[in-house]
Amino acid sequence: MTFLHVLMASLVVSMFLCLYRVMAGPTPADRTVSVDILGVLMVGFCAVLTAMTGRDVYMIVGVSWSLLSFVATLALAKHLEGRSFDD
Amino acid sequence: MTEWTFGTVAAAVVMAAGALFNLLGCIGLVRLPDVYNRVQASTKCVTLGTLLLLTGVIILFGFGSMGVKALVCLWFVAMTSPTAAHAIGRAAHRSGIRLWEKSVCDEYAKDREGAVEAPAGSPPAEEVAR
Amino acid sequence: MFRVIATFVFAFLVYLAVTWSLDPASVLIGAAASLAAAVAMRPLELEVAPLLLLPHRLLFAVIYVPVLLWYVIRANLDVAYRVIHPKLPIRPGIVKARTTLKTAAARVLLANSITLTPGTLTVDLVGDALYIHRIAVPEKEPEAEMQRSIEHFEGFIRRILE
Repeated sequence: MTFLHVLMASLVVSMFLCLYRVMAGPTPADRTVSVDILGVLMVGFCAVLTAMTGRDVYMIVGVSWSLLSFVATLALAKHLEGRSFDD
Repeated sequence: MTEWTFGTVAAAVVMAAGALFNLLGCIGLVRLPDVYNRVQASTKCVTLGTLLLLTGVIILFGFGSMGVKALVCLWFVAMTSPTAAHAIGRAAHRSGIRLWEKSVCDEYAKDREGAVEAPAGSPPAEEVAR
Repeated sequence: MFRVIATFVFAFLVYLAVTWSLDPASVLIGAAASLAAAVAMRPLELEVAPLLLLPHRLLFAVIYVPVLLWYVIRANLDVAYRVIHPKLPIRPGIVKARTTLKTAAARVLLANSITLTPGTLTVDLVGDALYIHRIAVPEKEPEAEMQRSIEHFEGFIRRILE
């Protein structure tokens, strides 16, 4: 069990590094990148949770999270570019 | 993961490598100087890291209920992550964020300055990129 | 019509793989959702799907995966080295390259492949010009070097999708 706890801790450290970039990022694009990376990290976190508990609920969360995070990133990128969302 | 068989050890190694790459990608996100470099480092490392973590799940549980979900998730991440990076990079450049001051060349800005002179109504090549 | 049915079958298979249950209610909801998705996707031109069913294209797609994986691993080790090096040995810049691929799907695959290979990120695709951000632009002949590695990918992608 301890091994998976170490993995989770390292992922949490990665997430805090991303959050630092969200706070400190000088431009909006930096914040967008960090939020995108946070989404992908969260999918990895769901994978570790699946390995730890053996329940497939977490994997479903991971699948949904990866798609929703992608759509959110595209929407943010379009907003950054100054276009409307249905363009 | 209490008993250490060949499968669990392989899964542990793969997942440890994945977590390490995730951490390196996030260190890159903090250390590198401008948006484009950050997109590169973080997207590459975090994509491979997450793919490795999901591969670890597949090795651990086989192609059952969870393995197939992990495979679908792996495919989604592999397809969407580079596209998102590309969208952010283009949006950053179009919203006027310059490259790092020590960058060597910027052909895109050179070519786009010519494009700005043209009538603003001319549509960019969206249909090619989709 | 063929496209709608193909999309429906594909979406339904993915749904079944994700839910992994044959409970009648779940299957019914999945069928309804897949049908809605297939009808909603009708305006998009997905000319790729029938091409991929040809056996030799599928074979090249299967060969392409390990090639890409090799590049991805090299890219990651390269980026990891640059990130943990105390002096940050980077020399960024945007270079331009040209592609000879014609269809949209092939170009998207090329752009995504380039994004995952060492030190490169496709910023934009205008006509047949690719604008590629590099984390370390080589000292001499950056354009020619980029063009060579693009042609390497194009060989594969043309056999898969064109």
